[in-house]
Amino acid sequence: MLDGEAINQPVLVADRISKSFGSVPVLFSISMDIRSGEVHALIGENGAGKSTLMKILSGFHMPTSGQIVLDGREIELPANGQTEGLGIVLIHQELNLAEQMTVEENIYLGREITKSGILNRAQMQAEVQSYLDDIGLEISPRDRISSLSMAQKQMVEIVKAISRDARVLIMDEPTAVLTQAETELFFKQIEHLKAKGVAIVFVSHKLSEVKRIADRVTVLRDGQWIATNDADDLTPDAMAQLMVGRELSDLYPPVSEADVDADLVLEVTNLSAPGIRDVSFQLRKGEVLGFFGLIGSGRTAVFEAVCGLSDIQSGHIRLNQDEFRPRSVAETRDSGLAYLTKDRKEKGLLLGQKMRPNLTLFALPKFLKRFGLDQAGEEVALERAKRRFDIRSRDSEIAVGDLSGGNQQKLLLAKIMEAEPRVLIIDEPTRGIDVGTKQQIYHFIAALAAEGVSIVVISSEMPEIIGISHRVVVMREGEISGILTGDEINEAEIVRYAAGLKKGPDQ
Amino acid sequence: MTELSTPAASKSRTLVLDLKAAGPFVALTILVVIGYLLNPAFLSEGNLTNLLTRSAFIGVIAVGATFVITTGGIDLSVGSMAAVISGMMIIVMNSALETFGAGLTTVFIGCGCSIVLGLGAGLINGLLTTKGKIEAFIVTLGTMGIFRSLVTYFADGGTLSLDFAIRGTYRPVYYGSVLGLPVPVWVFIFVAICGWFLMNRTAFGRYCTAIGSNESVAKYSAIKVDRIKTLTYVIQGFCVSLATIVYVPRLGSASASTGVLWELEAIAAVIIGGTVLKGGYGRIGGTIIGALILTVIGNILNFTDLISNYLNGTMQGLIIIIAVWLQRGEWGRGKTTKT
Repeated sequence: MLDGEAINQPVLVADRISKSFGSVPVLFSISMDIRSGEVHALIGENGAGKSTLMKILSGFHMPTSGQIVLDGREIELPANGQTEGLGIVLIHQELNLAEQMTVEENIYLGREITKSGILNRAQMQAEVQSYLDDIGLEISPRDRISSLSMAQKQMVEIVKAISRDARVLIMDEPTAVLTQAETELFFKQIEHLKAKGVAIVFVSHKLSEVKRIADRVTVLRDGQWIATNDADDLTPDAMAQLMVGRELSDLYPPVSEADVDADLVLEVTNLSAPGIRDVSFQLRKGEVLGFFGLIGSGRTAVFEAVCGLSDIQSGHIRLNQDEFRPRSVAETRDSGLAYLTKDRKEKGLLLGQKMRPNLTLFALPKFLKRFGLDQAGEEVALERAKRRFDIRSRDSEIAVGDLSGGNQQKLLLAKIMEAEPRVLIIDEPTRGIDVGTKQQIYHFIAALAAEGVSIVVISSEMPEIIGISHRVVVMREGEISGILTGDEINEAEIVRYAAGLKKGPDQ
Repeated sequence: MTELSTPAASKSRTLVLDLKAAGPFVALTILVVIGYLLNPAFLSEGNLTNLLTRSAFIGVIAVGATFVITTGGIDLSVGSMAAVISGMMIIVMNSALETFGAGLTTVFIGCGCSIVLGLGAGLINGLLTTKGKIEAFIVTLGTMGIFRSLVTYFADGGTLSLDFAIRGTYRPVYYGSVLGLPVPVWVFIFVAICGWFLMNRTAFGRYCTAIGSNESVAKYSAIKVDRIKTLTYVIQGFCVSLATIVYVPRLGSASASTGVLWELEAIAAVIIGGTVLKGGYGRIGGTIIGALILTVIGNILNFTDLISNYLNGTMQGLIIIIAVWLQRGEWGRGKTTKT
């Protein structure tokens, strides 16, 4: 692809790039160079301008001022993804694959190989197979995208990029939806591409991953360039400090003493449902119970069953000492139980609607006045929620889809809290949000627990689980493999249970 | 160039939003002005009441369709449903004539029959869609065929006629006036107000919008998605039965050609009014104006020799396409990419 001497030369350079949307400036004179054969991490809080910069680098946005230099020549990048022709490929967070088409059809979409007007499927499949073999992905070119896992889909995107001779690969949070094992596999592919001389820019909120995989790190804050350093010179803590511009000593709030004699609020006994078998655990008043496990270990499935989102095959649930059989989400909500989804874009918020209808949707019966909706009451609730959860937006009239990820997550939390649940289940509370907002969310969780709300936190991020939970339930393959308390809550122990090296719920 | 394009894009966006809200109204106003210029009699009292009365059928049905479409569904069966309900009403009233005479009782029995059938047909459409998990398009395509053939069967391929004895009693429901406005117009106004309130001021309306925007979000937000969706079809059925009740006394008959293409006119009215076909955004006020626009086009063509009356469908079709094109706002927005 590239000969040796080209390595470590800047391929793509952003020179004093500024960008405004209307009268709102979002980037201020950012300079950044991307060298071939390097992994260049771009980090910053939500709203720091990372996405905008990536879109400028890949031609989806035009800079308001400043230059883009490709291979030493100043260039105006063509719009609408046509930069692929120049070897610059942006892989969006929302993958761009046709779900109902096969791997091979997706990879050759728009540049199919034909022989006298007829698709040459054999050749395309062979080519795709060789790419797949090359990166060690065990799927068939004939598999439908819809049948693949998230990680596999991500890989297909990457294969698609490689097959187009990508020299600069720009990736927006590629590991956000990957499990640890998948992330490992993914990093191997990255090393592989790097060795081939491909320049890789990637955005991530997982600073430990940045530390591990990146050669250089560029930090943005509030649209300004803050620093570009060798990753070796930065610790994850130092990166976080550069991102927020202040000390982050108390990311996790102090965990209050667990009251082992508090009332049992939720008792689940031998619960079986789609994806889970024989799950039993207890939750006390004011407790934060962490649920850890690899993706697909059944953590979400447990609570979808508990909250009436899926059918229960057998087992018992007791809520506040009473037998509870969830029949619908509405009933669950009225019993004081609420589930906050991890998928805020697909299951959490109506992205095209404004903040007010989103906020009140879950607890809408609360806002009924005689026959109609109490719109004034909704407005009051919105103002209250914005204050309580520090939701920031330019104005209340913008669509929720235009809010930053962190503000969306806070709005989603506010939406669920409108129902005033006594038992709150939060699935991946901080997925895809910046470190400052993470800190805020951890403090909300701790404050709610102190008020006597019982909270289940499902998370794939080990430090988060360890940082905020009183007890930790570890799941593996649809079953609980361990429940940890006190000093047992540490990374090594959790990993042993999650990986199946240790088993035996000591309840 | 780049410095200019950004503010222009944001400016045209607000313009498009305004146009979305006011567009149908502007279009109606322009049509009315054209109508008046072509023939001043267009704005005569007689013609205006005629216009409103004719809009009433499609308008009432379209209000129901607004709920179905906002929720992300579609009901293709409304025209056939109107036909089969007309037929059943006539049969029931004719047979009730012997027992109850030609009085109001018979008419009430007929209306009751219409409402029961409308609610029932809507419920069937709704349950097949939600509990049966079949696409609304397929379900209502099926029931459209069934209803249409049933009315042909009942009429034995010909026409079902309401007994002349009852026609006298029933006549005022179409031809009568209250406070200077024909009864069908009152029904239209009543349905429109109820529909607007239901859509914009109740939890039900909010739920319809939520389901149409994203069904998963609705499900996770404790909304009984199946129940709300079924209810929209029941409302649609109810609207069809109301429209039928005011329609039957107009001709006093029903045949295989009753209500042909009403489903398309109703859907067209909804879409012209600014409701989004794939759901998530519904405007009852727009639907009312949409129904009026469709009738006004037909009326203008009747008034002038400029374009053949036979081209009514062409004009309606053009208006629908132009309306949707304008709403998309893709003119003037240039090549802004959505990412």
